[in-house]
Amino acid sequence: MEDLTRPGLEPVSFSLDSGAALAVVGPSGAGKSLLLRALADLDPNSGRVQLDGTLREAVAAPVWRAKVSYVAATPGWWAETVGGHFRPEDRDIAAALLPRLKLPSAAMGWGIERLSTGEGLRVALARALVQQPRVLLLDEPTAALDAESTAAVEGLLHERVGDGLSLLFATHDRQQARRLAQRCLAVAKGGIVREEAL
Amino acid sequence: MNFVALSYWDVLLAALLLTINGGLSIWLRLRLEKELAIAALRMVVQLALVGLILKALFTLVNPWLTALAAAVMIGFAGYEAMARQDRRLAGPWGYGLGAGAMLFAASVVTIFALTTQVQPDPWYSPRFALPMLGMILGNCMTGVSLGLNLLFGRAAKERGGIEAMLALGYPKREAMKPLIREAVRAGLIPIVNAMAATGLVSLPGMMTGQILAGVDPVEAVKYQMLIMFLIAGGTALGVFTAVFAGAARLTDERHRLRLDRLAKKASD
Repeated sequence: MEDLTRPGLEPVSFSLDSGAALAVVGPSGAGKSLLLRALADLDPNSGRVQLDGTLREAVAAPVWRAKVSYVAATPGWWAETVGGHFRPEDRDIAAALLPRLKLPSAAMGWGIERLSTGEGLRVALARALVQQPRVLLLDEPTAALDAESTAAVEGLLHERVGDGLSLLFATHDRQQARRLAQRCLAVAKGGIVREEAL
Repeated sequence: MNFVALSYWDVLLAALLLTINGGLSIWLRLRLEKELAIAALRMVVQLALVGLILKALFTLVNPWLTALAAAVMIGFAGYEAMARQDRRLAGPWGYGLGAGAMLFAASVVTIFALTTQVQPDPWYSPRFALPMLGMILGNCMTGVSLGLNLLFGRAAKERGGIEAMLALGYPKREAMKPLIREAVRAGLIPIVNAMAATGLVSLPGMMTGQILAGVDPVEAVKYQMLIMFLIAGGTALGVFTAVFAGAARLTDERHRLRLDRLAKKASD
C-alpha cells in the first residue's frame, strides 16, 4: 500500500505479509478507524492499494471487500436474528464457529435485540470470519469483552493468522497488540501514521 | 341540473364561516387567528390569480404558454417536495431529484391520458392538460416527498447495518434493497388508501365539482376513475424514479454509502 490518504489521514505506506498481524494503536479520534475504513474502501480515499499484486481499482468493490473485510467497533445489523446475518450456505459453518467465541450454536436463532455488546462484537467477528477473507480489518475487536471472551477471540485470531490470514486491528490495549501482532502502526492526532516498536 | 353561477356575495357569505374558526381560536387561546387570516387571504389571492391566468391560457390555447405553465407548476412541486424532507441531497440534487422525477412521471402520464383517453383538440388544450397535470402532480409530490424522506432518514439512521453489509462484500443493490422497498411503500401508501376510501369515506373534489357544475354523476364518476388511475400510475412512476435515483446518488461506483451527500434542513 502506497500513499493511502483521505481527509483526516496523512499519506501512509506499508505492506503486510500473508499470515502476519499488524496492530494499529493511538488515542481516540486520531484516525485508526479512518485508516481501516480507507483500506476497505468504505470512504473516498486515494493511494495505491494492492492485494497479491492486483490493484484495488482493478476489481469490483464487493469483490475487494469480500477479500479485505472490515468489522466496525460498533456492529451494524440488517436482519432480525443472528442467523439472518449469515448467507444460507455459511450457516452451518457459523453455528460451528460460535462456540469458539464462547457463544452457543443455538445463538444462531437468537434475536439481535437480546445480544449484549460483547456478544454482538463476537457475532460480528464470526460473520466476517466465515467468509474467509484474505485480510481482516478489525476495529477494537475486544473493547467490550471480559477476559475469558477476549482470550477466546485472540486464540481464534491467532489460529487464523497461522493459517495465512493477514490481520490489521485497531486497539487501545498495548498488551493485546504485543500478544497478537508482530508489528505496530501508531496513529497520532492529525492522522499521522508511523511504524513503531511494539 | 344546470350550472349555478356564484356571485362574490355568495363567496363572502361562505367566508363568514371562518368566524367560527377565529372564535374558537380566541376562546381556546389557540393563537391561530393571525395565521388563519393570512392563510385565508393567501388562498383567495392565489386562487383569484390562478383563475385569471387559467382564463387567459384557455383563451389563447398556445402550446408554449401551456408548457410554461406546466413547467412553473412542476417547479413549485419540486420545491415543495424538497421542503418536506428532513434530510435531502445536498446541492442542486436536493431540488433536482424530486423535480426531475415528477417532471418525468407527471408528463408521461398526462400526455398518455391526453392523447389516448381524453383526446381534446388540440391534444395540449390547457383546459384539460393543466387541471389534469395539477391533480397528478399534487399526489405525485406527496408520494415522492414521503418516499425520499424515508429513504434519506433511514439511510442515516441505519448506516451501521448498511455499511456492515457493504464491508463484507455485499453489493450496494443488496445493502440498499430493504430501504428502497420501504421508501417506495411509504410513497405509495397514500394513493392506495385514497383509492380504497374514495366513494365510501370521501367524495373527491373533482367529481363533486363536476356534479355541482351540472355534469351527469355517472360521467363525473368515469372522469374521477380515470383521474384516480392516472394519479396512481403517475405516483408510482414518480416514487419509483425518485427513490431509485436517490438510492443511486446515496451510493457510489465503489459501492460506498455516501451520507456526505446529504444535507439537513436549514432550520435544523
